[in-house]
Amino acid sequence: MDEISKKIEVIGLSAWFGDKQALKSINMYMQEKCITAIIGPSGCGKSTFVRCLNRMHETIPGAAAGGRIMLDGENINDPKIDPVLVRRKVGMVFQKPAPFPTMSIYDNVASGIKLNGRTNKSELDRVVEQSLKQAAIWEEVKDSLSKPGIGLSGGQQQRLCIARALAVKPEVLLLDEPCSALDPISTGKIEELLHELKKEFTIVIVTHNMQQAARVADFTGFFLLGDLIEFDVTKNIFTAPADKRTEEYVTGRFG
Amino acid sequence: MENGQQQSYSIRKFKEKAFLALVFAAALLAVVPLISLLGFVVYKGIGALNLDFFLHTPVPVGEKGGGMANAIVGTLMIVGLGCLFSLPIGLLGGLWLAEWGKGKRGFLIRYTVDVMSGFPTIIFGMFAYVLFVLTMRRFSALAGGFALALVMLPYITKTTEEMVKMVPRTLKESALALGIPEWKVMLFVVLRTAWSGIFTGIMLAVARAAGETAPLLFTAFNNQYWNLQLDQPTASMTVQIYNYAISPFEEWNRMAWAGSLALVAIILAITLVVRKYSKRVVYG
Repeated sequence: MDEISKKIEVIGLSAWFGDKQALKSINMYMQEKCITAIIGPSGCGKSTFVRCLNRMHETIPGAAAGGRIMLDGENINDPKIDPVLVRRKVGMVFQKPAPFPTMSIYDNVASGIKLNGRTNKSELDRVVEQSLKQAAIWEEVKDSLSKPGIGLSGGQQQRLCIARALAVKPEVLLLDEPCSALDPISTGKIEELLHELKKEFTIVIVTHNMQQAARVADFTGFFLLGDLIEFDVTKNIFTAPADKRTEEYVTGRFG
Repeated sequence: MENGQQQSYSIRKFKEKAFLALVFAAALLAVVPLISLLGFVVYKGIGALNLDFFLHTPVPVGEKGGGMANAIVGTLMIVGLGCLFSLPIGLLGGLWLAEWGKGKRGFLIRYTVDVMSGFPTIIFGMFAYVLFVLTMRRFSALAGGFALALVMLPYITKTTEEMVKMVPRTLKESALALGIPEWKVMLFVVLRTAWSGIFTGIMLAVARAAGETAPLLFTAFNNQYWNLQLDQPTASMTVQIYNYAISPFEEWNRMAWAGSLALVAIILAITLVVRKYSKRVVYG
């Protein structure tokens, strides 16, 4: 694998909630413009892991993280680095679709730009349209941009949230179980969308659903009790895992 | 079934009905004071309430006509000042309590706010008297507004805290994840989402403040004439009603009733509007 194309390199990342260690010195990397899936049973630290990648972990009282996260060679886990700037480069979509309830579809997508101070109307229109197109929801909402975002279906809301995250032009997109609250058809749409998005973005997806990881991801990391057990190209994880625990998990013997 | 059991069942049924009747009667009695009070105020006040009441200032005893126009405007002024003083502190303080007030400091502040909401309001008037009236050497709308701000503050703080706490954490996280600075997230996403509920609280605080007399007695004092200056004694509906009510003149007593009716109507209107528009935002 080409050294240069590592978008993110995680070196010795540990994370805590108070005294409880949630991640134990994780070493891993994310290939540029690829999808990396994080799998593992509940409580294995996979959500904590992605939340460290955009410094969201530290917003929880008592939470802390150590180690280095190199984004294009710069350690974004350095306390001297402003987390607000990190989050503009590393966007995130959460498990439960959460459009801002007081805002229209348009304002939801525009919120990241507007609240960051840039408000050129024609530029904003362009970015909103582009983001909604990228999130494959433009055709469904283009005539109702002024309607509230919470009026959409669950699957549409999640794509709206993806559009909202894309509008601030991140380089990396983190998705924390984005489909676990959605029906299979909406899930299918989002998976299709991810294939399109990886042409432009580096994507990390946490998922409970192993078929989903197998379908969408180029690389897969298997977490267990705060350890990264195995990390490899997805095909190897599912067909020829090196670790017995990985094999047991992906074949459904536990978790 | 045995006869004895049958009989005890009918007794029990009777007891249950009697209990139900008792509870209902108590509920009915609870609204009797309000209904009769409203009826009495309407009955006594409606006769003296006319267009003049809303357009003219008070006239001396013996003269015909006159109204409370200056007191209505005065109440608006003083309550407006009260909002001006209490809103920024109440909103931001409530936000702090909801988001960062988990520790000991939060407990202390929350406790103080609770105590303050049950405080006799005349004490707030005395505080404003010492702070404003004694130093400025005159009664003023400013002093009255400050006293009312103290009446409103705990309500606004408390509602803001409760409403902000109801905003799900996922919304805040979604906004933070967009690279929006935390203070903007708090003001433009969290507070804005909670706003409809907070607004209800503000309006109820306004209604409460508009009905206060004690904090205004020796702060805004009163005024028989038009006054729009903030540093001058200012009429308010409640103090005007008080003065008219305790006067020995029948015409003034009638004006007091008219003022009461107008005030009750205003407060009732605020409460009804609030009830109508206080549908809570449904999250997610």
